[in-house]
Amino acid sequence: MNAPLPLTDATTEPTGEIAPIVNALPDDGPAKISARNVSVFYGAKRAIDDVSIDVPNDYVTAFIGPSGCGKSTFLRSLNRMNDTIAHARVEGEILLDGQDIYRSGMDVVQLRARVGMVFQKPNPFPKSIYENIAYGPRIHGLTTSKSELDGIVETSLQRAGLWEEVKDRLADSGTALSGGQQQRLCIARAIAVDPEVILMDEPCSALDPIATARIEELIDELRGRYAIVIVTHSMQQAARVSQRTAFFHMGKIVEYGTTSDIFTNPRQERTKDYITGRYG
Amino acid sequence: MSPAILLLLAFGLGLVGWLAARSRAWAFRRAAPHARLHSLPGFHAWYVALWIAVPALVFAVVWNAVSPALITAHVLADPAAAALPGFGFEREAMLAQARAVAEGKAYGVFMPEAEGLIAPYRVALTRYESIGLVVTILVALAGGAFAFLRLKPDFTARTRVERAVMGLLLIASLVAILTTAGIIVSLVFETVRFFGMVSPIDFLFGTHWAPDPMSTGAVDGKQFGAIPLFWGTIYIGAIIAMLVAIPLGLMSAIFLTQYASSTVRKVMKPLLEILAGVPTVVYGYFAALTVAPAVRDFAQGIGISSASTESAVAAGLVMGVMIIPFVSSMADDSIAAVPDSLRDGSLAMGATRAETIRKVLVPAALPGIVAGIMLAVSRAIGETMIVVMAAGASANLTANPFQSMTTVTFQIVAMLTGEGSFDHPATLSAFALGMVLFLVTLALNFIALRVVKRYREAYE
Repeated sequence: MNAPLPLTDATTEPTGEIAPIVNALPDDGPAKISARNVSVFYGAKRAIDDVSIDVPNDYVTAFIGPSGCGKSTFLRSLNRMNDTIAHARVEGEILLDGQDIYRSGMDVVQLRARVGMVFQKPNPFPKSIYENIAYGPRIHGLTTSKSELDGIVETSLQRAGLWEEVKDRLADSGTALSGGQQQRLCIARAIAVDPEVILMDEPCSALDPIATARIEELIDELRGRYAIVIVTHSMQQAARVSQRTAFFHMGKIVEYGTTSDIFTNPRQERTKDYITGRYG
Repeated sequence: MSPAILLLLAFGLGLVGWLAARSRAWAFRRAAPHARLHSLPGFHAWYVALWIAVPALVFAVVWNAVSPALITAHVLADPAAAALPGFGFEREAMLAQARAVAEGKAYGVFMPEAEGLIAPYRVALTRYESIGLVVTILVALAGGAFAFLRLKPDFTARTRVERAVMGLLLIASLVAILTTAGIIVSLVFETVRFFGMVSPIDFLFGTHWAPDPMSTGAVDGKQFGAIPLFWGTIYIGAIIAMLVAIPLGLMSAIFLTQYASSTVRKVMKPLLEILAGVPTVVYGYFAALTVAPAVRDFAQGIGISSASTESAVAAGLVMGVMIIPFVSSMADDSIAAVPDSLRDGSLAMGATRAETIRKVLVPAALPGIVAGIMLAVSRAIGETMIVVMAAGASANLTANPFQSMTTVTFQIVAMLTGEGSFDHPATLSAFALGMVLFLVTLALNFIALRVVKRYREAYE
């Protein structure tokens, strides 16, 4: 490759390894989650390659990128859900409030109570609406009385914006709700164990536009109370709900910055191509 | 004329037709090399072969069924038949002997009256055999000619053979259904005869079971109280066996689906299913020779002096082990069918694996598990060899599991293999017991299938 070097500035991208660009971030305070040189392997395949990122506490962070770029894999490594996949292996450090969640002796059960998760497809348990919410508080022993539990169920459903719709039918099956309601039920279920972080893995991809809008409003309402990380296919969604955006490509973070910067002033050619719809 | 010869004849003629039709189809092709035959020559061949063999076989079957009656009618029309007794065993015996001699299967008759019937039998046999043979050939030829004349280059033989294949498959599936229907009908007849002698109330609600196959005279309905048998069956098959099979089967299913690595699963699942393939008689002597004495010694050791060698608990324990694969494989399937998203949802909330299994997976899989248990129960209460060998023959109505007990299946065997005559109520009671057993297992299977179906709909 003896071609003359192109004029390099931040927007041109030589082939081969380049450091990801972290745009100037306003003061985010101490990071809630810090990933340091994280790689994730499925057997011999490297799905995430040396990713480092700081996730702030008070904002919604979006992971965007084309299918197969590793954004969901990375998200699942933040609460060690990859542990359920045989042959999955994580290298590097992921710090939650400065503590490595992959250190030996880390209690995965406690970790997941602190870092909740909402999945791509709504997955309410085949139990009543009440039991779906009460499940987490029960197994973690968060309540000592029925009235306390009732209180948690009500608060969680209210925060998830579902209370008004279901308060008269808490005994009905959670699976009988509409898709959008099911997803809000799953958010309420995650809220019920009082987590610090909520991870959302394409939470709207199975929903219609109206239900999607409702979930997006909800994410906005929850911001500040929980650190939220959302993986999404939809760039419009990332632009609407998030304040920080990381663009993943081929298992790496290409660019990370404030959402407005990423969308209005991308520094990397690949980012620009993706958000203008050239590929992905 | 033996059926085998008619069969060979039908197939032989079919083969001839097959070859002839195929060469004719090839001739079409050679005559017009560029025109396309609708069907390959093989389909033409099969079409003709089927038209030859199927009608001939159908006729042969029908003829086999009706010709004996025609032959007997012919013989009875002979003047020599006038010497026969009017009806009864002797008359049947004479006819059978004469026929055996006429067919060359015996050298002489024991009853002199039958002597005169041999000649008419010979005449009748020859006549009807020839008729059968000729008509079979005629039917085959007629079918073959009809089919052969229809062959043309654009004849749709392929479609028609396809239809014949469908018919064949339909018949194959009907065999099982018709067999079931036949079993029901035969049970119903004998059961009705039994209930003509013993009142259904005495049978279904009586608590004393002591039929005497050698008794004569008036039937004592009080001997036929089947409650001790029903109790023994339920106690051994549905209670003791299930106490063993449900926990062990469920736990092994949970281990195999949730904890075992794929290598372990690959080895253990077939090993577990081998249990279902062990002949029940082998379980039977394991129960009788190994488990039963151990159970008796244990019971006597803890001070139960009434413990007998044949005991409900010995039979039930071994039956429970036998049933484990039924419970575990259904439970395994239904736990594996619970979407992973539910498991992930629970784990993501900070539930442990055991909590996830207990509170999410097993409840979600419960319909399938229940269906598996019901199939296992119906299998257990129909099980015979283990109880024959280990549970005993005395119809005790007791809750003491260390006593000997008997079951419906055991008594069916005992009543049918006894020395009582076939129209004795003791023998016939076997059919009534069989009917009850059949209805109960049918109901269990039916409910289980309904439950499984509803469950499948729930998860698509």
